[in-house]
Order: sequence, then C-alpha cells, then structure tokens
Amino acid sequence: MSELEQTPVIDRREAIRRVTVLLGGVALIGGSGLLTACENAQRRAATSQAGAGTFTATDIALLDEVAETILPETKTPGAKAAHVGAFMALMVTDTYEDRDQQIFRDGMKQLKDASFMAATPDQRLALLERLDREQKAYGETHRDDTPPAAPHYFRQIKELALLGYFTSEIGCTQAMRYRETPGRFDPCVPYTPGETAWAGHA
Amino acid sequence: MQAQNYDAIVVGSGISGGWAAKELTEKGLRVLLLERGKNIEHIKDYVNATKAPWDYPHRGRRTKAMELAYPVLKRDYPLNETNLDWWASDQESPYTEVKRFDWYRGYHVGGRSLMWGRQSYRWSDFDFEANAKDGIAIDWPIRYADIAPWYDHVERHAGISGSREQMAQLPDGQFQPAMPLNCGEDLIAGRLRQKFGGRRRIIPGRTANLTQPLPGRTKCQYRNACWLGCPFGGYFSTQSSTLPAAVATGRLTLKPFAIVTEVLYDRDKSRAKGVRVLDAVSMQTTDYTARIIFLCASTLNSTWLLLRSATDVWPGGLGSSSGELGHNLMDHHFRAGASGTLEEPRLDRKYYYGRRPTGFYIPRYRNLFGDKRVYLRGFGYQGGASRQGWSRAVAELGVGAAFKDEMAQPGPWTIGATAFGEMLPDHANRVTIDSSKKDKWGLPVLAIDCATGENEHLMRKDMMNDMAETLEAAGVKHVRTYDNGYFPGMGIHEMGTARMGRDAKTSVLNAHNQVWDAPNVFVTDGSCMASTACPNPSLTYMALTARAADFAVSELKRNNL
Repeated sequence: MSELEQTPVIDRREAIRRVTVLLGGVALIGGSGLLTACENAQRRAATSQAGAGTFTATDIALLDEVAETILPETKTPGAKAAHVGAFMALMVTDTYEDRDQQIFRDGMKQLKDASFMAATPDQRLALLERLDREQKAYGETHRDDTPPAAPHYFRQIKELALLGYFTSEIGCTQAMRYRETPGRFDPCVPYTPGETAWAGHA
Repeated sequence: MQAQNYDAIVVGSGISGGWAAKELTEKGLRVLLLERGKNIEHIKDYVNATKAPWDYPHRGRRTKAMELAYPVLKRDYPLNETNLDWWASDQESPYTEVKRFDWYRGYHVGGRSLMWGRQSYRWSDFDFEANAKDGIAIDWPIRYADIAPWYDHVERHAGISGSREQMAQLPDGQFQPAMPLNCGEDLIAGRLRQKFGGRRRIIPGRTANLTQPLPGRTKCQYRNACWLGCPFGGYFSTQSSTLPAAVATGRLTLKPFAIVTEVLYDRDKSRAKGVRVLDAVSMQTTDYTARIIFLCASTLNSTWLLLRSATDVWPGGLGSSSGELGHNLMDHHFRAGASGTLEEPRLDRKYYYGRRPTGFYIPRYRNLFGDKRVYLRGFGYQGGASRQGWSRAVAELGVGAAFKDEMAQPGPWTIGATAFGEMLPDHANRVTIDSSKKDKWGLPVLAIDCATGENEHLMRKDMMNDMAETLEAAGVKHVRTYDNGYFPGMGIHEMGTARMGRDAKTSVLNAHNQVWDAPNVFVTDGSCMASTACPNPSLTYMALTARAADFAVSELKRNNL
C-alpha cells in the first residue's frame, strides 16, 4: 500500500484505472512490478478502512448488474460498460463512514437474498422500481429528522450509480456530449428536444 | 551564492505580492520576492488542468482520508480531489480557534491567485465614506478619486471583462467585453428592469477572465476549470500576469520555501532594515536587507508577521503602538439567498454552449439612494441560471432505459443567487499569538477570535428574503430560500487586522499603506482594509498595491525612506 502511495500521481492514477479494469473482471496484462502495484491498489480499493469487509469479484458483478438495471444499455452503452460496479465499491470503501458502509452491505445482502442475479431483466427492473419507490418514500418521511436519518440503501446505490456513470468516459462522451475545450461561449442556442446535455468539467 | 541585499523585498507572491513585484521591478528596483511554499510554474505545473472527470479515481469527490488530513478545509467546498495540492496543510500550519474561524490558505507561488473566484469589482465612495458617515470604527484615509487611476492601471494589465452600467455604487472600469448573460438570465434581467426600474439589476459578472487576448495570454476558452490553473493564461493569476512582467525586467529574484519569521527593525533609524528568512526545507536562517519592504503575505499572515517583529521595541509587535494591530478582523458573510425554476415555454428550446467561468451579479441596492433598513450597509448577489444536469436524477423517481436517456438530456432551467454581505469592523474581533502551540517550523501560531454581530444577523434576513421577492417578481416558480449558516473566514475574503487610517493613534497604516512606526514597511494585502464593503476585494488589493508601490518609489527617490 505504501508503495502505491509513493508512486507519482500519474502512475498512481493509471494504477487505479487498471484496477478498475481488474475489478471489472478483465485480465490484466503487464509486468510483475505493475501487477504488484495493482494488487496493492486492489487491496486498497477493496479493503474497507473501517473493517466492514471486502468487495469480492462477486460483489462487483452484483453492483454492475444493479447499476446496469438502473442505467441500461440503450442506444448508448450502460453502466456495466462504464465499470460502475467497481467505482461504487471504491467510493463506499474510501468515502463512506462505517454506519453507511454497513447499510450499503446490508442492502447488497438483501439484493442477493432476493436472487437478483438469477432474476430476468424484467424481474430485476420490477424489483428496483419497487425499491426506488421505497427509498423515495423513506426519504420524504424522514426529511426533517434531527439528527438526519440513516440513508436508505437503494438511495446510496442509485446515487453512486448515477455519479459513476455520468462522470465516466462513456457517460460524458457517449450518453452526453463532452468538449474538454469548448473554445467559445454561446449564451443562447437553439435546442431540439432529445439532444443530449453538455457534460461538465471535473 | 544568492545576494542578500536588494532594493526591495516583497513577502508573499499572491495577488498583492505579484503586483508589488511587478510594479517595483518595472520602476527599476532590484526585488527579492519571498514565498513560504513551493514553486508552481505557469502551465508546466498545472498537472490536473486537462484531466477529464473520469481521470479522478473519486471523480473529484472527497474521501475519508482527505477529511482526516484536512480538518479545517473539509468544512466547505475547497476540500476536493482536483486541486488539493494547492491548499495549505491544516496539520503543518495549525492555528487556534477561540471561536470557529475557517482559514483556507494557499501556501505556494501565486497563493490564492491560482484558485480565486476572479470576480472583480470596484468600490465606490459609498464604501470609502461609510465608516465616517455611520460613525463606525475609523474613516478610510482615501476616497474613490485616490484609487480610481490605479483601478484603471491594474484592470488594463490584469484583464477584467464586464459591462458598463453607469451605477454610482459600482463604478465602471477599463473592461474587456463582458461574458454575456445566457438566455435564462437575460429573460429575468429584462423582467427586473420592468419591475424594479434598474434598482435591482442583473449584470454580467465582472471577472478576471479574458475575452480578448493580452500579451502572452490567450483569451478564455470556456473550460471553467480555472481553479486547476489555466494552460491558456485565460484568467489573472500571479503566474499568468504579474510574475512574467516582473521576470521580464531582469530585476526579480523569486525565492520559494522562504518563511519570513520577522521583519528586522533598526530602532535608531526607525526603519526596517530587512527580514529574517527560515528556509522551509533546510531550516537554515538567513537575513536579507532592503530599503523598502512590502508585506503581501495575505491578511492574517502579514499581521502574524508584524506581531512577531520588533517585539523588543513594542511587545505587541511592529505597528502595534496604536493598539489596533490584530484587531478588526472581517470577512464577507454569505451562504444565504434563494433559487427557483424558470417555467417558460420559450426557454424549452434554448440552451447554451461552452462553460462560462462566471455568472451574473446584482449590485448592492440596500441602504442606498434613500432606502433605509434596520441594519447598516448592504450586500450584492452572485448567481446564475442554467439547465439542470444529470444530478437531478438522484432526487427523481425512476430507473431503467427511458430514465437513463432522459437524464442524459438537459433538464429544466433553474436560477439562483447567493448574497455576499458587508461585515462591520469590530475591535473585539482579533488575532493574537498563541505561544502554547507551534507550527511545523516552530513558529507560535495565531489565535483567532472573531464572530459576526447583530448587524450581520439582521442583514442576513434581507439577503435571503430579498432574493425570493426578486425572483418571484420576475415570474420564477417554486422559489426556495436558504440560509446555510456562516462562520467568519468561509468567505475567503478575510480583511482587516492592520487597518489604514488618518491617525497613528487609531490605525496601523497611513493613507499610503505605510506602517506608521516604520515608514519603509508597506502592507498592501487585505489586512489594510478599514471596512469590507460588499463587492469582492481582490481588485482593490491590486489597486492599493500598485498605488503604494508608486508612492514608495517616489519617496525612495526623494530619500524619504
């Protein structure tokens, strides 16, 4: 882990990018040094600092399928192609407090118990539509709680899936439109319904 | 071996220090520019400037590890994944909060000129006369006429885009063409003209982003990634604007990792003779001498340095004879306003192209032109209209194919604005040295004791409710007000603690930013301010610095320093 921390920024970024690929189940080709770095990075990405356990390849596969059901392939690629499952695992590990990590994991267990992976696409969609209504109702019921109520797990999943997808290269450049350097500002241009949005900068 | 004697020493390389270095070198002085942190070279060191959102592992968001490492910075938006290297370490540079004070610092060449918001407004005589008229604190020793030519001077070189509006409370300047309002903003601006007769007026934000090229700089490319450093030099920073000018003279020596521990004072001559520098890396100490010294280390850092200097003569530090050094700390209070939705059929088929790095501005209208409120002074609004992006999807019900494709399209138009309000000077709001705590380099830290008062609390009600009233009058729907709370420092417009004045008994600096007790020491950053007004202050620091540099050189020539 310390080896990764000391790696120059660009290498570290590359390592994490490759880990995303690795966690997505794609075989990694590279020298043993890089492999070691990536394995370290994988451990870092997959090991909760709070000790809430690890995300296995099976977990990532589940998250990919859940995200894909929320944001499926249409005329543009879906969440799975954008490796959103691995991104969600990284975010839960690196940004969630212990309580919220536990809620997320308990939610994953509920999805497993509901045989999400074995379900047909229509069954998956029906299940997530039900959970979406549930999380929205939960949020409205607890909107004014002090201290703030614990989040509903499907709200967490939906939020991370949206963030992961719409800030991914696929999300920015295929689902939406992205210009790194627009070059000019047109304050008022015609818009035809159906045209996609311009993605923002980081 | 680096020379140890210069004509002038400038402490700090941010907005004010860069201007001091440029002006003094261009007037023929050999200048040593000292910066406590690392160097950041223009373009070459903007390592994140061209990254895409997906290049960041956490897509720019903060992690628990970052929050642990930055216990102060985490309190607000500056803590993020994209430019974390440019914010000072809370752990290396701690301070004591007698009351909560959020201090967001940039300890590197360029300082916060690299990350600033770039909004650039002139102050008016309503601002410079306010203290005298209200009987608050002390009168400013200058008026608009004193600073106006220097606003002209700095605007031309820095490059400020804006529209001419002929508003007495917000004087026009030497502007490049404005970055225009988008169609949503333009619609509302028109309705405000009808409803408020120009009193509440939406104007394009005046910003230090180029709409026309300047020597060595390309005009803004509408990337809206300024806080990562601009590879085009599209916005004003030390690196893009003042430092190259100073370097071009051949008379500048820039020294990073140079922490000034004290100003060396010669009590026989009643002048400073130089500064003592601690090398932040080697921990070696070196003295440098010069005929004049400009302190531009940022509001609290310049005062912190004065508090540590000449303590054998004045136990309270250089400039403390008035009893005002360290006092009258101020900021702009903000985070209150309103927002709503533009339900206008004519806007459904309108969009915009390019990421404009500014929004609109509504200049102050309260307590002006016959208006009288229960509080003193006023506020201006910064805001914008835009079509919602994908993040609206989080709150909306929906999953699946149609939902995904809809969320990839621009959403409804929304509009909102946040007020930035004036904070009154108060002697009780102060900084002192806390000898019980040391920073990484062994210096006793600052203790900050500052709070808002009744005037600010009363003003905040208007800051919130006025915007709702304004938006509703313009036909905006679903208007929602907010006051997200404010603690001093959050505005990152800290001002005061070494105020200018007309009398050595009540101020630290005179009308030319000279320390009364050491006339060859000039303090030209935000610490010199006697009030905050409500427009953003950086342009005024630039103008005051250029003005003081001109005065310093003329006094040098007359052998008065």
